[in-house]
Amino acid sequence: MDLVLIQILNGLQYGLLIFLAASGLTLVFGILGIINLSHGSFYMLGAYAALTLTEPLGDVFRALAVGIPLAFLFGLAIEWLFIRHLYKRDHLQQVLLTFAMILIFNEVQQTIWGSHPHSIPTPPYLTASIRLTETLSYPVYRLVLTAICVALALAMVIVVQYTRVGRLIRAAESNREMVETLGFDSELLFRFVFATGVALAAAAGIIAAPVESAYPGIGDKVLIISFVVVVIGGIGSIRGAFVGALLIGLADAMGKVFLPSLASVMIYAVMALVLVLRPAGLFGRA
Amino acid sequence: MHYYAEWSDLTGAGHAIMCMIKAENRYNLLGEEDVGLNRRTFVSLGGTAGALAVGMPFIRPSYAQSGPLKLGVLLPYSGTYAPLGDAITRAMELYVKQQGGKLAGRDVTFVKLDDESAPPKATELTTKLVQGEKVDVLFGTVHSGVAMAMVKITKEDGVPTIIPNAGADQITRGMCAENVFRTSFSNGQAGFAVGPAVLKAGHKKVVTATWKYAAGEESVAGFKRAFTKGGGEVIKDITIPFPDVEFQSVLAEISSLKPDAVYVFWAGGGALKFIKDYAAALNGKIPLWGPSFLTDGVEQAVGAAGDGVKTVGHYVESLDNPENKAFVKLFQDAYKIPPDVYAVQGWDSMHLLDIGLKAVGGDISKRAQLNAAMAKASFASPRGPLRFSSSHNPIQNFYLRELRGGVNNYLGIVEKELSDDTTGCKLA
Repeated sequence: MDLVLIQILNGLQYGLLIFLAASGLTLVFGILGIINLSHGSFYMLGAYAALTLTEPLGDVFRALAVGIPLAFLFGLAIEWLFIRHLYKRDHLQQVLLTFAMILIFNEVQQTIWGSHPHSIPTPPYLTASIRLTETLSYPVYRLVLTAICVALALAMVIVVQYTRVGRLIRAAESNREMVETLGFDSELLFRFVFATGVALAAAAGIIAAPVESAYPGIGDKVLIISFVVVVIGGIGSIRGAFVGALLIGLADAMGKVFLPSLASVMIYAVMALVLVLRPAGLFGRA
Repeated sequence: MHYYAEWSDLTGAGHAIMCMIKAENRYNLLGEEDVGLNRRTFVSLGGTAGALAVGMPFIRPSYAQSGPLKLGVLLPYSGTYAPLGDAITRAMELYVKQQGGKLAGRDVTFVKLDDESAPPKATELTTKLVQGEKVDVLFGTVHSGVAMAMVKITKEDGVPTIIPNAGADQITRGMCAENVFRTSFSNGQAGFAVGPAVLKAGHKKVVTATWKYAAGEESVAGFKRAFTKGGGEVIKDITIPFPDVEFQSVLAEISSLKPDAVYVFWAGGGALKFIKDYAAALNGKIPLWGPSFLTDGVEQAVGAAGDGVKTVGHYVESLDNPENKAFVKLFQDAYKIPPDVYAVQGWDSMHLLDIGLKAVGGDISKRAQLNAAMAKASFASPRGPLRFSSSHNPIQNFYLRELRGGVNNYLGIVEKELSDDTTGCKLA
């Protein structure tokens, strides 16, 4: 019984982390209509930014405070340089360009940071752990990480539902031309949304770094699982991404312990099931 | 291993994207013209990706001449295993340099190819070296899947082949060949060596954990064979999909089983993360054991979390023998960093070829004599005495090491001149 409870905790914690990574992807895909394969690369760059920034700045939260604005600016630049040329093009060209970006960012990572795995220190005041059972402890940093993910999820809901920017985003999502006709600069809005997506991915990479470490290829795994979450949740739906991520987290944690032979297909089985029952995803509009 | 998995993961992403595109076509987010993919464009997308993938490995400068010996090198120079490929290459070049730039009186040139640790490309790249470049000898590689594909070709062709790392058991068991040698280890052998050490430490009930893939499963099988033979009991084998690094479930299960010790096979980023997660979850209550791959290359990065992790391997940097001291100094002077186990394997690969070449007076066309001389080779390696089993796998010492303060400390010999079994190999 203990094991079940612990696995629920593990599943929720993992799910929330996935949510943070996937939320940016669903925003970009839902509102901009861009298949952004390089989303995982921004997560990877976040993890390596944590590696570089944590030491001079003192701890990973300061790295986060510096990293988010940097990532946002980086996102603005990438959008202006590459992504904006893709809005009117088909998915094939989007995939080609963003796939090329994966290769480029991986090479950049290799050149700057090398291919040895690196560890990012947990802030010294959060290194304690809480005893769950006789032998098992739970690191406090993981709990803090979970709390941060919940806080960010709430913040996103509030921004999207209750602010002017949020209303604009929702409006542009449902009818871009109407928003433009009403005199809003959708180009600027799109740039803002893309940069937000990049910042979210990088933020996930930074705060997860003390737990996940930084090593080559870390972004690719995040990319796959983020796409799965977006598909399950329904494209463009933050709420869907939230529920989808928790579902995947729990399925993964339970699968590994109770159905080990099926663990590798568990999350895809969940995805397939959701697509059969609700082809547009849990919260997608069919 | 890692890099291949990522490629296949990307294919997985392709499927996910297809699903999304299907979902999206039911409504249009931008209210613009529908731009769905049809079957043909998807196929051409696959073709483009395939062409990109094939076009990527580039040939490093090769100087096709008839005079010097042509040494083909198939190693990873990009991706997760790039540091291993670099270490092996550096040591091989250092050996040649230390011999005055010649082997058995002959000049040598290297033809290096990046295999990217991608098995789907292995056949093409090996063929390129063996039939295209017509190399005299082939060295390679790190990834077991690539090595298996490579050996299939060289076995047929007969070109002398020396494997400086890949541990797939089959290469020196059922797939063994006259012309194929390995200077590293077999996965089963490296796992087997840990068994007696864990027993000796007084542990009777052990849980194993690894990725569900060949290297991990061979390692665990080797460990279990030695451990159960000596009276130990493995109460559970935990596997997770490769290359997953979400270990909390594994740790929860280990803590609920309460074994005396845990045997794991992970490497690289996975090893780093596991050691840290393990320390945070279990607080040193259950000793952690593994083959040397667990701590090699991450000694510094794991920090205090790694203190007390015990591993068994065929090399320790601090080994006290004259060959090791000379090698460490030579390598350090040349490259400004200390050598690792992969460098030792590269060094010994070139040493082995040197022995074979000297036996035939540098005449590479005498393949049978060359192979015979290499099979009989017995020499002092930085790792200690090294010779070869009938299936051409190393017979070597295995050492107990304990990680403390970022260094793998030498604690003594566990197995003296351990050989791997040669099941299925018909060489005598």
